[in-house]
Amino acid sequence: MSAKPQPIDTLQDIKQMMERSSRFISLSGLSGVAAGCCALVGAWFAYDIIYGSHRSYSTGHTRYYGDPEVDVTTGRGVSLSEFMGNSLFQIALFTFIAALALAFLFTYLRSRKTNTPLWGSQSKRLMWNVAIPMVVGGIYLWKMIQEGIFGLIAPGCLIFYGLALVNASKYTLKEIRYLGFCQIALGLINLWNIGYGIHFWALGFGVLHIIYGIVMWWKYEKG
Amino acid sequence: MKNIIENLNKIFDNRIRLGIMSALMVNQDLSFNELKELMQVTDGNLASHLKPLEESGYLLVQKGFIGKKTNTTYSATQLGVKAFKAHLTALEEMIRSTR
Repeated sequence: MSAKPQPIDTLQDIKQMMERSSRFISLSGLSGVAAGCCALVGAWFAYDIIYGSHRSYSTGHTRYYGDPEVDVTTGRGVSLSEFMGNSLFQIALFTFIAALALAFLFTYLRSRKTNTPLWGSQSKRLMWNVAIPMVVGGIYLWKMIQEGIFGLIAPGCLIFYGLALVNASKYTLKEIRYLGFCQIALGLINLWNIGYGIHFWALGFGVLHIIYGIVMWWKYEKG
Repeated sequence: MKNIIENLNKIFDNRIRLGIMSALMVNQDLSFNELKELMQVTDGNLASHLKPLEESGYLLVQKGFIGKKTNTTYSATQLGVKAFKAHLTALEEMIRSTR
């Protein structure tokens, strides 16, 4: 009898295998920290443009619908080409790419350590479930930009990103759910504080990511 | 106590076979290679454990191709799900009886 594995251990094994086979567990906390740092650097540059120069943003508020600069009669704020050339957009794009690349790197390193495939069925499922709210959100926000509703962009980013994380939590470390809730909450608060978009951005994409990353690293990877 | 042990399914007394069934409880289907990565065992070892599960009617095997490579996927049959649940219940009962 004593040679047989204890039933409680067997149940633990079963639970572990179910988790391992259904969730992508190699997501590194350091990915969160790196992405957060990128976001803070990006926000610092963006802040400089918004408040530092004498361009149309220098009123201290992001333009929003109803702003005299936006042509309400046609309902169109800016064309896409105008927007692509916008330095704020370029900073956002560059920040996003840098954050993604660094996040990918740390998770890649972790997946080698935990011996799980980076591109297995678990990570594919995770990617899909992150992508759906993100792509839909992206299209929605792009339309808002075309309509010139700039004030709602920052809260929109936070809300859709938060929804993506909540959705993703079923397929990776479940703590990411709380990060998602926090992002959604920030986005919603931001809706009633239009004009402080950059602050909420830095808080959500920067500070929250770093806190989450440190907590996760401490919990799963330390030592 | 003896009675409870008899409720345990003999097929599941192996860690790898139990692992295969656990993974298939939460995944609709898994390929041979995915199972191999999850269990961290060799091809031969995995195949030898898949066989008794298949023979008991617990696994549904689907052979397919990805390009020229064979791609065999496995899923749990209704019988397999039932047997696994019964095994879990038996394990839980054992824990309860020893407390």
